[in-house]
Amino acid sequence: MAQIEIKNVAKRFGSYQALHDINLTIQDQEFMVLLGASGCGKTTLLRIIAGLETATVGEVSIGGRRVDHLAPKDRGIAMVFQNYAVFPHLTVFENIGFGLRMKKLPNDEVKGRVERTAELMHIEQLLKRYSGELSGGQRQRVAVARALAMEPDVILMDEPLSNLDALLRMEMRAELKGVLAESNTTAIYVTHDQVEAMSMADRISVMHQGEIVQAASPIEVYRNPAAEFVAGFIGNPPMNFLPAAPAGEGKWSVAGQVMDGPSSGKPLKFAIRPEDMRPADEGLTATAKVVEPLGAHLLITCEVQGSMFRAVLDSDMSVKPGDQLTLAPQPDRMRWFDPDTTLAVA
Amino acid sequence: MNARLLPYVLILPVTLFLCLFFLYPFLLVSKQAFSTGAGFTLDNFREVTGYWKFPITMRNTLLLAAAVVPIQLALALLMATMVNKMKKGRDLVLYVWTIPLGISDLAAGIIWLAIFDQSGFLNSMMNGLGLVDKPVNLLTFQNPGIVFLAIMLAEIWRATAIMLVILVAGIGLIPKEYYEAAEVFGASPWKRFLRITLPLLRPSLQTALVLRVILAFEIFAVVAALGGTLFPVLMGETYAYQFDLLNSGAAAALALIILAISIAFTLIILRVLRVPKGATI
Ligand SMILES: Nc1ncnc2c1ncn2[C@@H]1O[C@H](COP(=O)(O)OP(=O)(O)O)[C@@H](O)[C@H]1O
Ligand SMILES: [Mg+2]
Repeated sequence: MAQIEIKNVAKRFGSYQALHDINLTIQDQEFMVLLGASGCGKTTLLRIIAGLETATVGEVSIGGRRVDHLAPKDRGIAMVFQNYAVFPHLTVFENIGFGLRMKKLPNDEVKGRVERTAELMHIEQLLKRYSGELSGGQRQRVAVARALAMEPDVILMDEPLSNLDALLRMEMRAELKGVLAESNTTAIYVTHDQVEAMSMADRISVMHQGEIVQAASPIEVYRNPAAEFVAGFIGNPPMNFLPAAPAGEGKWSVAGQVMDGPSSGKPLKFAIRPEDMRPADEGLTATAKVVEPLGAHLLITCEVQGSMFRAVLDSDMSVKPGDQLTLAPQPDRMRWFDPDTTLAVA
Repeated sequence: MNARLLPYVLILPVTLFLCLFFLYPFLLVSKQAFSTGAGFTLDNFREVTGYWKFPITMRNTLLLAAAVVPIQLALALLMATMVNKMKKGRDLVLYVWTIPLGISDLAAGIIWLAIFDQSGFLNSMMNGLGLVDKPVNLLTFQNPGIVFLAIMLAEIWRATAIMLVILVAGIGLIPKEYYEAAEVFGASPWKRFLRITLPLLRPSLQTALVLRVILAFEIFAVVAALGGTLFPVLMGETYAYQFDLLNSGAAAALALIILAISIAFTLIILRVLRVPKGATI
């Protein structure tokens, strides 16, 4: 059982506040992804959980036990570093067995565990090599194997795939997810790649400027972003925003169209995903500016009352720049945000 | 310019320089060592190795190196580790620790002589504390241990910094991530030093040790200042052959023997501290 609880954790580097009041609970055996742009504090949070960094304030518990004052090795964690940190002076075998040797396990147990994890990561034929003789992808596998060999309660990964090329990344994504699901460990996985986050996570914590903006399942984060930042960060292309003026109880005027929305007295922002727009007889009037055929779809960047607006339409449509389109939003996919708090309004 | 030739052209000046000022004199010295005027002979080597003082000077030189170098290595490692852990004032500490490097070995010997001398600081201090009634002469043939100790101290004080600067640079090159990985996987600070720092420092250790060991076999001025004739070493004998006995053939032979010892130890150090084949450090 390794549920992780992070309570009111904040971190300051000098006068710079890297993390503000983080609260997060990660369930036993959950695959949690910390997603956010570079510099938002993902690594710092991961290192605090690992014990490589101390929080300025706050508590971290793993498996119901406070670990704030424990050394990394006493926290039941293992870690995969961004640049792998595979020791260059040790063979792959000794790298994978490093933690086991430090635990002073008997030789035959070290051998057994190393061979088993090496097989799991498909590197059993590399055990005698040194890291200088491995490709980036193989080194990455060694780093994961070294962590798995510890049979930890929690495995922490800091952008483990970010140094691989796109194809390898896609392959490793699926493989890592499978291996970790098998191993029954709780996983915290840091990435700035939303595709990685969406495809691997049980739950995503979206981070922004040292705060967790939303922690929810990938589909929830995608469909119901809790804040404007999430809506603009997740999805490629991201959500469209248009100003909405009140037009009576639960009625809103968006770019000249009256739509049903939440009841609120003050102006809101209307938001909709590009793929949730359909050509219709009645709807928003848009002028196409750029048309990008993407094979399966047509990505159209257009202008709606002076605002940029993107729509993903069926590739059968023939649209040229300059064309006038009438696009209707799918009613159940319309979202609303408070421009002052930037939070979602239901 | 032909790209394959360019590197050779670029090293040509330094090669010429080395040939002119190192290789040529070396050949001259060798010629002197292996001849007594007519033809090839080993007489010079027989003469110097047959002399009654030779085993003593050889033993003294090796003993001193064996006593000083390990201590210097340990000290330099300790100091380098400390310097690398420092956040503030690191440069200042490093400058202070390397000051002895800027002092010539003879001057260093004289500084320590001023401490151990009959009218030196040590005597004044012991006298002041009432440990001795009157100043005693410490550096005499009755106290060979104290002479040896004084030379050791002077050498350690003078020449540890040369290893220190090499090791500080080497430790600074080891990525922090290796230490963090080792920590996460359960290595204590001491284990991290043994399993990460030492192996990854091998190239720097090689350089530092080779340099230091060669210098240890060439020790001369510090010994001359502190020990005089009480503690004869190889280099001192070479000097005596050349300038006191005016026997340059014997001096050349002894110089070549010192060179051979240095080469042998260099090879041993390179071998012991070699990086395993395939490992990239
Ligand atoms: N040791 C440190 N000293 C000072 N500032 C730091 C340190 N580590 C991280 N930071 C700062 O904290 C912020 C968050 O860093 P980090 O957690 O590495 O971000 P991420 O992993 O999301 O890219 C960055 O602005 C970074 O400059
Ligand atoms: Mg990071």
